[in-house]
Amino acid sequence: MGPITLIKISLKALLRNRMRTFLSVLGIVIGVAAVITMVAMGEGSKKSIKEQMTAMGTNAITIMPNQSRRGGVQMDASSSTETLEEEDVIALRKEATYIDAVSPLISVGGQAIVGNNNSPTSLSGVSADYLKIRNYEIADGVMFDDETDRMAKVCVIGQTVVKNLFPDSDPIGKTIRYKNIPLKVIGTLKAKGSGDFGQDQDDVIFTPYQTVMKRFGATTKIRQILANSIGEGYAEKATEEIMGILKERRSWTKPTDPFRIFTQEEMITMVTSTSDLLSLVLTAIAGISLFVGGIGIMNIMYVSVTERTKEIGLRMAIGARGRDILLQFLFESVIISLLGGAIGIALGVAASEIVKNVMNWPMSVSFMSVVVSFGVCFATGVFFGWYPARKASRLDPIEALRFE
Amino acid sequence: MSEKSPILSIQNLRRDFKMGEETVHALRGVSFDIYPGEFVTIMGTSGSGKSTMLNILGCMDRPTSGHYILDGEHTEKLKGDALAKIRNQKIGFVFQSYNLLSRTTAIENVELPLLYNSKVSADERHRRAIEALKMVGLEDRMNHLPNQMSGGQQQRVAIARALVNDPVIILADEATGNLDTRTSYEIMMIFQQLHRQGKTIAFVTHEPDIATFSERTVTLRDGLLKKDVKNEMQDARTAFEALPPPEQFDEEE
Repeated sequence: MGPITLIKISLKALLRNRMRTFLSVLGIVIGVAAVITMVAMGEGSKKSIKEQMTAMGTNAITIMPNQSRRGGVQMDASSSTETLEEEDVIALRKEATYIDAVSPLISVGGQAIVGNNNSPTSLSGVSADYLKIRNYEIADGVMFDDETDRMAKVCVIGQTVVKNLFPDSDPIGKTIRYKNIPLKVIGTLKAKGSGDFGQDQDDVIFTPYQTVMKRFGATTKIRQILANSIGEGYAEKATEEIMGILKERRSWTKPTDPFRIFTQEEMITMVTSTSDLLSLVLTAIAGISLFVGGIGIMNIMYVSVTERTKEIGLRMAIGARGRDILLQFLFESVIISLLGGAIGIALGVAASEIVKNVMNWPMSVSFMSVVVSFGVCFATGVFFGWYPARKASRLDPIEALRFE
Repeated sequence: MSEKSPILSIQNLRRDFKMGEETVHALRGVSFDIYPGEFVTIMGTSGSGKSTMLNILGCMDRPTSGHYILDGEHTEKLKGDALAKIRNQKIGFVFQSYNLLSRTTAIENVELPLLYNSKVSADERHRRAIEALKMVGLEDRMNHLPNQMSGGQQQRVAIARALVNDPVIILADEATGNLDTRTSYEIMMIFQQLHRQGKTIAFVTHEPDIATFSERTVTLRDGLLKKDVKNEMQDARTAFEALPPPEQFDEEE
């Protein structure tokens, strides 16, 4: 008996019990749709995080004081033993070869005011290199210069701030007030767009770092220094070099490092590994529902074998071999699971599109998850259909025919 | 007839069943031959071993000892798949409870044995099924489902299914057991018609009046052959026409 005839026999048997077939298909549909949607969600958020991290500059390196711990309690950065200074920035700019841009970053919280408009944006004290490190571009006007604009009361603002403070006028040349200190707008930044997660990258005000240190913070301490490695793959060398220069300036001899240095590559790995774990958990939960669907098939097939004992006996009496019976029932369960898989994939893709468009979540249906789901469905059909099918094929035709 | 070689021959057939500690001897050494074209009834009360005999004749069971030669083949030596092939190609079964597949049309039921024979093409399967249904007078019921047919019609579909693979022997197991007298006689008319066409038939029954429609009766008792006699074959059509008409029949019930 050919496989095509067997498939026809199996299909006919399934059509004879439409409601039952529908219900067992449904179990698989839900499982597969859940897996596809969950994987799409996980992949989507991973992709979006990665894009944002990339937008922040792939070669960026962040240097921070090593926070001291006392009794297991992590202390605030300000209480650390070592601090970064302006001289460090100058030394790095002069001596380091694996980096091509250096900028301190000192932030002050508050709000910017222009007339009746205000914008709750923190003020970032940076040097001109900051644009390069974070992939910002000037849209209009100019960026301040580290030498000539040292301590100058000027600023460059992002598009969100432009929208908040200058809804209908050109901001260039206007003055904003930040903590009662007037800052002249000399340039605007091109929009980077807001990501799906994290903060708005256009909600920024940049001013020379000396301006923040002298006029806002009255401090010589720098919280962070950012640098840009000369290219992909140089992050590690740059890190070593920076640490060397910083230690040398301090004649550092202690075994522990005075500062912590993060590279953007590390950050990407860290964040994606977190979202990997999340999507793994989501997929596992969805996988369980697929497993339950498989058990549903097994249950239905068992009932079916028992209910059709007499039919099996008859088929054997008129010449069906054990193998023919086994394959017939195996095909039935595989057809159920593949049908469920196909509908489930369609439903999962549709659900992902709806979530993407209606709820604006980043979703990404991967081709791989579709292929794997289909494969898993086939395996589910064979795995859960095997035992009932084998039971059917081993029935004694005499006993089976006598079964009522 | 004695010059012909038998189509079916059983020699000193024994079948024991182990029931726990005890051994039940269902058949204790039975021998007989059936020749091509014969219409034989196998009779016996329950416990006589006739069901066991039928299962062995139908190649669904194997004897403990003895020989069973069907169409020149020693079936007692065969196993699972080879026996399935014999059932598929040399035997036509008719059961007491018809055993048609529900929600499956008459023609699809008749085609069923040919599905398990890969040598028969779909076209030929269809053609032979129609032919078989014509032989039992159901060519106008081909696409009816079993639950749209009377018991007699369902049994005729089952007979067509037994004919479709052109078997060397038709085995009927109490084929009239579920039917009223009128319908039983109608079914016997079909068997007699097949007999006239030269088919070999073994008909298992416990009803003596059904046995009179065959030409030979083999009687079993306690696992042994008790009688093997030739009958004066009664014509089923005559017997059918002698029955009171159905209306009157119903009023008597």
